[in-house]
Amino acid sequence: MNLAEGLMNKDKRAAARLITLIESNDTEAINTLSRLYKHTGGAHVIGITGPPGAGKSTLTDKLAKELRQIGKTVGIIAVDPTSPFTGGSILGDRVRMADLYTDAGVFIRSMGTRGHLGGLSKATLGAVKILDIYGFDYIFIETVGVGQSEVDIVKAADTVIMIMVPGLGDDIQAIKAGIMEIGDLFAINKSDREGADRTKVEIEMMLDYNHSDWRPPVLQIVATENKGVKELLEKIQFHREYLQSSNRLIERRRKNSEIEIIDLVQDSLMKRVLQKDNRTEIEKMAKEVALRKLDPYTVSEDLINKIINY
Amino acid sequence: MTRPIRVLVAKPGLDGHDRGAKVIARALRDAGMEVIYTGLRQTPEQIVQSAIQEDVDVVALSILSGAHNHLLPKVVELLKNEKVYEEMLVIGGGVIPDEDIPGLKESGLAGIFTPGTPTQATIDFIKENLKREL
Repeated sequence: MNLAEGLMNKDKRAAARLITLIESNDTEAINTLSRLYKHTGGAHVIGITGPPGAGKSTLTDKLAKELRQIGKTVGIIAVDPTSPFTGGSILGDRVRMADLYTDAGVFIRSMGTRGHLGGLSKATLGAVKILDIYGFDYIFIETVGVGQSEVDIVKAADTVIMIMVPGLGDDIQAIKAGIMEIGDLFAINKSDREGADRTKVEIEMMLDYNHSDWRPPVLQIVATENKGVKELLEKIQFHREYLQSSNRLIERRRKNSEIEIIDLVQDSLMKRVLQKDNRTEIEKMAKEVALRKLDPYTVSEDLINKIINY
Repeated sequence: MTRPIRVLVAKPGLDGHDRGAKVIARALRDAGMEVIYTGLRQTPEQIVQSAIQEDVDVVALSILSGAHNHLLPKVVELLKNEKVYEEMLVIGGGVIPDEDIPGLKESGLAGIFTPGTPTQATIDFIKENLKREL
């Protein structure tokens, strides 16, 4: 099967296989993406993030269904944590999306973080591009359950939805410095529970300090009962229109591309640094450093110069 | 670079008991595999679409309802129709009488694991019988 051709012809098997290869850092798959890159950019990429158990998968499922009703196609990438001890994982986000499995206009892929911090896996961006080339109108990225500093989603999405739940109380204070800054929209899920109004007030108060010309809307929803989902989708589309007015979308994507390029350079440099010859060299030098015959600063600087001049 | 083995753990049919599926999912995870769990009451069509989109190496079917002779071969048949069977190892587990096992194997299930099988036996079987390289 020619994967590039298959992907362009909307063959889900080709898309699925390419994602596997991108996850394994396969050179040929990277070349394929590089060749087809010009076909990306058409999808509206939406990040869904929030603490564990907030309802990310359920909300993704409901939003996808709303979009299917108006004839839009939907790609979903759901990221779950990989065990740092065994390298294994249980990816269970699909469970909430069972009605979508056989929908021809939907593609769902689960990914383990495979040691990457930040809420996504290293290959998530590549997987998004594959689904973008395939031609999905909307692509959802569901992050792992986040705490305070998993903000990678902002590099990957056009619109970030931060899901909260009532009753986190002072925890909002604790997380406001990190992930609370990346939400373009806030959805307070399980708003039939006590404390939903207080949570809304707290988030609104926090947003008062925000001086951007986009004021993130704060919605109260009950995802399991489909309450507030339609309104949320309207706000998502409103955010997209906002981005498209006066080039904000391009500016956001420019920023993200910049980060992506730096990340790729970093990866590639690290790969070269840690290749076998250098590893032997580093081991040798480490001994000298341990004996205080050399210092680590000079050793690392020399190593970098050697690689750059290579 | 080698990647983790990806396994779809699915529950075809109408029984609502997924304890066995969860035990095996956990054991496979602890063996370093990426386990995609699909939830209860899956139709063969749902299982096959999930297997394709997740591009798994193994489809592990847990069934306790007694409908195994119908549902398990159906999954294999659909995988064949979608031309992915050649790359996916299909195994089954659950309450399956011994006399049904030869027929299931003939239909394309590589292995059947009945209650009492040590999870390590399933793990070893998967590692030894993968149909494609990692």
